[in-house]
Amino acid sequence: MSEETALQRVKFYQTGTHTVGNRLMDEEARSVQSSIDRSNAITSGHRACQGCGEALGARFALDAAMRSAEGNLVAVNATGCLEVFTTPYPETSWQVPWLHSLFGNAPAVATGVAAAMRRKGRAATKVIAQGGDGGTTDIGFGCLSGMFERNDDVLYICYDNQAYMNTGVQRSSATPPAARTATTPAVGDAPGNVFGTGKNMPLIAMAHNIPYVATATVADLHDLEVKVTRAMSMSGSRYIHVLVTCPLGWGSATNHTILLARLAVESGLFPLFEAEHGAVVRTQKIRRKVPVEDYLKLQKRFAHLFKKGAEDTDRIAAIQRMADANIDRFDLLGERTAP
Amino acid sequence: MTHELPFAITLDPSTSLANKTGSWRTERPVYLDRLPPCNNACPAGENIQKWLFHAEEGDYEQAFQVIMEDNPMPGVMGRVCYHTCETACNRGQLDEPVAIHAIERFLGRMAFEKGWKPVMSAQDTGKRVLVVGAGPSGLSAAYHLRRFGHDVTIREAGPMAGGMMRFGIPKYRLPRDVLDYEIQRILDTGVKLELNTKVEDIEAAFADEGFDAVFVAVGAHLAKRIDIPAHAAGKILDAVSVLKEMESGGEPPKLGRRVIVYGGGNTAMDVARTAKRLGVDESMIVYRRSRKEMPAHDFEATEAEDEGVLMHWLRTIKDIDGTSVTVEKMVIDENGRPQPTGEFETIEADTLILALGQDVDTSFLEKVDGVEIARDGVVTVNKQMMTGRKGLFAGGDMVPAERTVTVGVGHGKKAARNIDAWLCGETYQASQKPELAAFENINPWYYDDAPQSKQDQLDPVRRQTGFEEVLKGLTEDNALYEARRCLSCGNCFECDNCYGICPDNAVVKLGPGNRFEFNYDYCKGCGLCALECPCGAIKMVKEGS
Repeated sequence: MSEETALQRVKFYQTGTHTVGNRLMDEEARSVQSSIDRSNAITSGHRACQGCGEALGARFALDAAMRSAEGNLVAVNATGCLEVFTTPYPETSWQVPWLHSLFGNAPAVATGVAAAMRRKGRAATKVIAQGGDGGTTDIGFGCLSGMFERNDDVLYICYDNQAYMNTGVQRSSATPPAARTATTPAVGDAPGNVFGTGKNMPLIAMAHNIPYVATATVADLHDLEVKVTRAMSMSGSRYIHVLVTCPLGWGSATNHTILLARLAVESGLFPLFEAEHGAVVRTQKIRRKVPVEDYLKLQKRFAHLFKKGAEDTDRIAAIQRMADANIDRFDLLGERTAP
Repeated sequence: MTHELPFAITLDPSTSLANKTGSWRTERPVYLDRLPPCNNACPAGENIQKWLFHAEEGDYEQAFQVIMEDNPMPGVMGRVCYHTCETACNRGQLDEPVAIHAIERFLGRMAFEKGWKPVMSAQDTGKRVLVVGAGPSGLSAAYHLRRFGHDVTIREAGPMAGGMMRFGIPKYRLPRDVLDYEIQRILDTGVKLELNTKVEDIEAAFADEGFDAVFVAVGAHLAKRIDIPAHAAGKILDAVSVLKEMESGGEPPKLGRRVIVYGGGNTAMDVARTAKRLGVDESMIVYRRSRKEMPAHDFEATEAEDEGVLMHWLRTIKDIDGTSVTVEKMVIDENGRPQPTGEFETIEADTLILALGQDVDTSFLEKVDGVEIARDGVVTVNKQMMTGRKGLFAGGDMVPAERTVTVGVGHGKKAARNIDAWLCGETYQASQKPELAAFENINPWYYDDAPQSKQDQLDPVRRQTGFEEVLKGLTEDNALYEARRCLSCGNCFECDNCYGICPDNAVVKLGPGNRFEFNYDYCKGCGLCALECPCGAIKMVKEGS
């Protein structure tokens, strides 16, 4: 029997629970991203903007999925930023088997890939479908709902940057209220996107009673990796909705990508939760609660709310009410536990 | 193209690695080691962040060796240093500073238990250096000179080495076995110590004995005096003598039942607490200003109060008549100076101990040509710590500086470096300090809340009756936890954050101990790594600058 040492007993690692890795932790306890031999599903040279949250989110998710599937995985991609910036003909950044078809049919294509694999006796091969918020909540919505309804064996990951970014920042049904886009300009009495519109895709997914639904962001890598790994261990339709910052469309500093995703969570605007078969089973608590202004002020798409001398306090308060409603609904305050 | 492509395909598939996105960059991230505030504040010039880094891993021996590069007495230092490092610690702005002194003390104990010795690698130079005085400065200088390979002799006028560490700091703050062990470890490096040897003639040491350089660090031992009208003189002692008598091994000084200590510095607190331990009924501090203005450290006054020492702030002693001491009440004016009020009180006391500061005995230097003694009795030295006499260096309490053990140890190291350079016919150039790692460079999000580990204290009854050490050491678990509270300000500690969060895979992980490097072929210069670096070890610089 080996003697227990202080190194084994003392489990405090300064930053271990929040940074990507930590030299003091056991290898197994570190994240996939800290590993020197992570898959790097999207390699260097892609054309994403500086500080792209989607490039980050997709690599986080697929690297975790690749580890979980031991490399036996096919990814299907809807049209969108992610597809455009990774595959300018004839180059590709993908270091996983990857398939692109149309804007609206990624869930259907993924369903087909899964069926083909089964038919060929390769049912062990995991299938992931991915798209942006446009391809998911608008254009691919029908296909996705069908995939959920049939409970096809696919993990669908939506990288939500809250508008059609690669075509020039047009509003989608995931664009938040008051946000300025090319199609919801900051003019008139109520500038920006109107209140009371849009879809909450994770809740819609839950309504299909599929085995697994989760939300995540690029700000909390450990949380995201745990959720992808959990989803990969299940079968049937699974859905993960990842908030990814878009410096271009949000009008944010390129180095604020992670900070903004973090503030979205800490303000309550983007609740982190997991649901199984239609019921919420876990929520990630807010660590240090902030007012929504902290999140909104760093983005030019909300700049019209903070005009000097003419702050739109009513609509800022309305956004705060949305955050507070999330906090109540998902019970976001209280003691945090490990994801 | 050498092979046939499928229908409607004109180009071979290729990887995006062909696209060097580094050309988009206007700013580039660079790794740097900023100067942690603890290191910046340490009078002994310790690389605290670096030894904590090793301690965090449980590599206590390496941590000890890093301390030994700057300071040969971690056990002493962890007890008596006023730890300006902890005041400067960035963690203090998050929750509480890292208890650096407690970890240093723990490392000192580990070194004692394991018998670790400092690494001595220099070849003997054949140069001979005389060190006058075996206090913190002298011992430190001797140790560092020995590390440079010089032949060192310390001459000490007193019967034991240690200087003010022994004769000024009471046992309950610094147990003598710790002091003796760490002094012996210095001597074991090959330093010669001659006790009871007062150096009277510096020139003779150069000319007759052939020393190549001399470092004087005799301290400040002469108690300052003031004139108090005494109608019938009571017993008046000075603090330095009382503390020294405690170490002589003979009968402890007779103080009577009630003692007044006059002064508000650390020595005053030490004497008042010593008197309490010697069994006096009432040990009192009389000080002309208030607690806010006292030169003593707050914790010393608090510990004295805990032990039952009575404080009479804002009082000056006007006269003494036998055992009656008349004091005048003072007020602090708008300039922070005490002003008399004309109101008087009488305090009964059998003994008055003066703790009004100390002067330097410079008589042995007065006949040395070129040595300049300033008006307040301290010795003038240049930036190289050399006096006006070539080859004669001075440090510690006898030169203008704050008078603490740690400053003394720092002087010893600095003098040793300068003496070494001078012996080689050069001038020592201190390396340029990197920019400071300010709290603004830290990303506090990444650090978990973690309260400081507290050292246990001896119970108050035993503190009033004996000289047992008041503060206890940390256990290994607590010391390790405490070391891991370090934010590693400004110095990469391999948390993998930059490697993990680069959207362009432009950070290369070089493996344990080797940190990371940027792949500028693909880095687009977004700045995420710099902002999300927990400890501020990355900075963005303009391209082309």
